[in-house]
This record gives sequence, structure tokens and C-alpha cells, in this order.
Amino acid sequence: MAASPIFTQLVQEQSMTPSAIRTSSLTRSFGSVRAVDGISLDVPAGTVFGFLGPNGAGKTTTIRLLLGLLDATSGQAEVLGLNPRTQGDQVRAGCGALLEHNGLYERLSAYDNLDFFARIWRMPAGTRQARIQELLTNLNLWDRRNEAVVEWSRGMMQKLAVARTLLHHPALIFLDEPTAGLDPLASAVLREDLASLAKREGVTIFLTTHNLAEAEKLCQLLGVIREGKLVAFGSPGDLRRTSGKPRLEVTGTSFSPESILAIKVHPQVANVSVEAQRVVIDFKEPTPSAPFINLLIKGGAQIEEVHKGKADLEEAFLTLVEKEPAK
Amino acid sequence: MIIDIATVMQKELKELLFQRGQGRSGTIRMLIFIGIFGILLPLQNGIDALTSPFGMIFWLWIPYMLISGVTADTFAGERERHTLETLLASRLSDRAILFGKLGAVISYGWGMTLLTILVNLITVNLVFWQGSPVFYPPLLLGIALVVTLEISVFSAALGTIISLRSPTTRAAQQTMSILVFVLILPLFALSMLPKNVLFQVGELLAAIDIVELVAVVIFGLFIADVALIMVNLVRFQRAKLITD
Repeated sequence: MAASPIFTQLVQEQSMTPSAIRTSSLTRSFGSVRAVDGISLDVPAGTVFGFLGPNGAGKTTTIRLLLGLLDATSGQAEVLGLNPRTQGDQVRAGCGALLEHNGLYERLSAYDNLDFFARIWRMPAGTRQARIQELLTNLNLWDRRNEAVVEWSRGMMQKLAVARTLLHHPALIFLDEPTAGLDPLASAVLREDLASLAKREGVTIFLTTHNLAEAEKLCQLLGVIREGKLVAFGSPGDLRRTSGKPRLEVTGTSFSPESILAIKVHPQVANVSVEAQRVVIDFKEPTPSAPFINLLIKGGAQIEEVHKGKADLEEAFLTLVEKEPAK
Repeated sequence: MIIDIATVMQKELKELLFQRGQGRSGTIRMLIFIGIFGILLPLQNGIDALTSPFGMIFWLWIPYMLISGVTADTFAGERERHTLETLLASRLSDRAILFGKLGAVISYGWGMTLLTILVNLITVNLVFWQGSPVFYPPLLLGIALVVTLEISVFSAALGTIISLRSPTTRAAQQTMSILVFVLILPLFALSMLPKNVLFQVGELLAAIDIVELVAVVIFGLFIADVALIMVNLVRFQRAKLITD
């Protein structure tokens, strides 16, 4: 039986969703060290993609390869339909980048910093001024536009650097740990700004971060890199499902130390943490929870609530980057 | 590419003239420099400051002195301040970045030299008024303009080669200082020669046709400038600049 026209159209649309980034076995070695080791990615256009990994995992090198700043040792990459190796200038023309350092000229004013990059992107004078005003206003920096950036806080500098990446309406932006070194409040503010800007501008974002809460909040798609290898790729939910350990959270009072100890030594239990009115049991693998609840009740616990689920993204990430340690 | 070069030049000059130092100190340094070479020295030398070829030899040092002080910062400074990678990640081509930076340093060094020559002219005419305005001999002025431009290009290109691979501005400046010493070493060596040898050298120089000598110097500097720019083009590699 032939597929319905609507179904056919849906399948075609899905398969025709353009990729902003596509790599195949992308590898970059420095001497005997493989900083990026056979990474294959497909990031659809319009997605906020989070690239997670511990320090030195190869996140920054991957960005440099995708921007054509470094040549791959082997493998292929396609960014905005272009080959970064042979069409680096064109790739960079379509992208914005906030790299490891904010890259701001600290002796120049905020306005001059943006004006310089707007000129680099060949924005006409009128558009340039309007766009700078729009971005600085959105980030609450317009009133301080004429101050030398050196006088600013780190959080404000990061915001300005984000504005710089968006100046020329790029199709794709790379953000390399944009909230690194910021205090929690400044991080939260920048995160909110990023979320609203990404939504408003409709760009594809390639974001590297250590902050799992940030990744969960901002990203529709995540990749986890460890020692240059991509060890997981999918939505935050997928990662939790495939990598998060099963968990039982019991809220109540009067948890006896004996029953807690009995749970701790159970062969299926990976970890038990006890807070004032909460016991969290992490299992090594899916395990029936009733025997553990009974054990707590027999120990005299007054149970108010039981929640069975998966560990959060942070624990899923730790599981991914910790298992199979480096040989 | 011309527009991109102009964009980089404009930013570099803005940083160089007004922002790179502390506050207005960049402008003040320029004024002090012009004060010494455009006002103080002609006050001592009188009308000779305009008419004597030896007075003009001074001008040849001006672009080198000015440029060697700032060219070390072109790439090493950006690397030190962590702005280089962002610049390299922009849409600018290698040549636009390189020529923009070279252009800014050359404009600064040669521009300041021209300004000094102009202030020198005004000072001498104001203080040593001869009844009518006195100008530089046109041929001497023409030669001075060409040679100072060539020296500006030479200094900028040499400094940029060093700056491209130096981890910090200070390291680049130290290398530049060693090179200056190497360049002026023959002059020191000459002054240490015995008097009879010096006399023979003097006679030899006197026998040389000055026009030929100037032509050789101009041509030699031109070749050196082209060679240094070619070396810059070869050494400017994004990947190396980042991984270094």
C-alpha cells in the first residue's frame, strides 16, 4: 500500500532538514595525542547543541576545526554546507564565535568593539548603528556603551562578547563555555539572555559548557566528548534515559541508621545519601523498589512521598565521562 | 580586500593613538616626540635643519624609532590580551589582517615623520626668518620622503615577523632591541677602526657618486621591503598562530 501524501511530505521535510554542522570521523592529532578522535556529528539548523566534556576533552579543538582555524588530520566536516578546510573564510563569514576568551579590545569602548566587528562584517553604517543599539539595549548595556570595556565586570564583558557574535545575524554561533568564571547570578543572567537571544534570532548554537544545568536549560541536543571521542549524542532526555542510573527518592522522617546501613550494603545499590527528611538511593541497574521501602518502614520511618526515576543530567554526564577510564 | 584592510587599520590606529597606553598618554608621547625632533633640534641647528643633508639623515631614524616601539605589539600583543583568536575567527582574510596591521604601523611611523618634517619647517621659518620662506631642497625632500617610507615599511615588516611568533609583546621588543643592536654594530665597528683606515674609507666614500649611492640605497631598501613582506605572508598561518 502506498504511503499517504501527508506522511510522504513529513518524511521528506524531516530528511530535508538542513544540517548546520555535519562531521564524519573528524580527527585532529597533535603529535601522538588525538585531541579529536573520529567524531561524527549532525546538528540540524536552528538547534541549540550542547557539547559537553571535561577539561582537555577536545571541545575547543573541535570548534577550531569547524571554524577552519585548524586543519583536520583526517575525516570530513561540513559547516553551513561548506568545507572549513578549503572554504574557511566563507565558513567564518557565516558564523559568530565567542571562544575560550571573550576577545574584546579592553581599551576600546563597548560601542567601538561592536563597531569594529560590524565593519568587519561589512554592515552598512545605518544598519550597523541600529543593530549595535538593538543588541546593547537587549542586554541592558546601551547606557554604558561609551565606557572602556576594561572597566567592566566579567559578566558584562561576556554579555558584550555574546552581542558581538550575533551582530551580523550569523546562521551559526559557537559559544565556548560562555559562563565560565562567572558567579552564579551573572551566569543565570547570561543564560537567560542567551536563551531569549537564541529564540529571537533563530540561530543554530554550538555551545560548550561544564554546567549541566545550563546545558539542560538551553540545549535541545547534547553531545558528550571524552578524550576526543564522542561518547553520547542525543536530547537531554535521551542522555538521562541511556546513561542515568535508576534512583529512588524517599521523603519522610525517622529513618533509622540500621535500615539505611542495610540498604547501603545491598549488592544492587550504588550509593545512598541521607538528608534531614530525604533518602536518595542510586541503583546500579533497574531494581524493584518495594523491598527497600519496606525496609525503611520496618525501621520505623514515616514515609510521606516516594519518587522513582532516573538520575539527573549531571549524574548521567559523570557516568559517561567516568566509565571506561583512560588506558 | 581594501575595505577590510582599512577596517583593521582604523582599529589599530585607534588603539595605537588613543587607547593602547593609559588614557591620553599615547597622544602625549607623540607630542613630546614632535616637540623634540620638530622644535628642539631645529632650534639648535638653525637654518641648517632645512638645507643641510646631514640634518636630514636624522629623519631616517625617526620612523625606525617610532615603529620599533609599536610593531612588537601587532600580533604578540593581541595574543597576550587574548584577542587574536577572535580576530582570526572572523571573516577577515589572512592578507586583510596582515596588511591592515602593517598599514597601521607604517601610517603611524611615516605619518609622524612627515608631521615632524612639517613642524621642523615651520619652527625654522618662525624662529630664523630670512625675509622670505625657506623650503627644503626639493630633491633632498623627495629622497627623504621615499627613504623614510621605505624604512617605515622595513621596520614594520621586520617587527611583524618577530611579533607573529613571539608569545608576548615584551619578548618581541627584546628581539627587536637585539636586531637594532646588530644593525648599528657596523657603525660602532667603523668608529673603532684606526685613523688611517678611517681616512681611506672616507676617501672611498667621497669618490662614490652620491646620486648612484642614493639610487642603490632606495633600490636595496625596496628589495628588502618586498622580501620582508613575502616572509610575513609565508609566516602568517592561522593554525600556527593559534597553536603557538
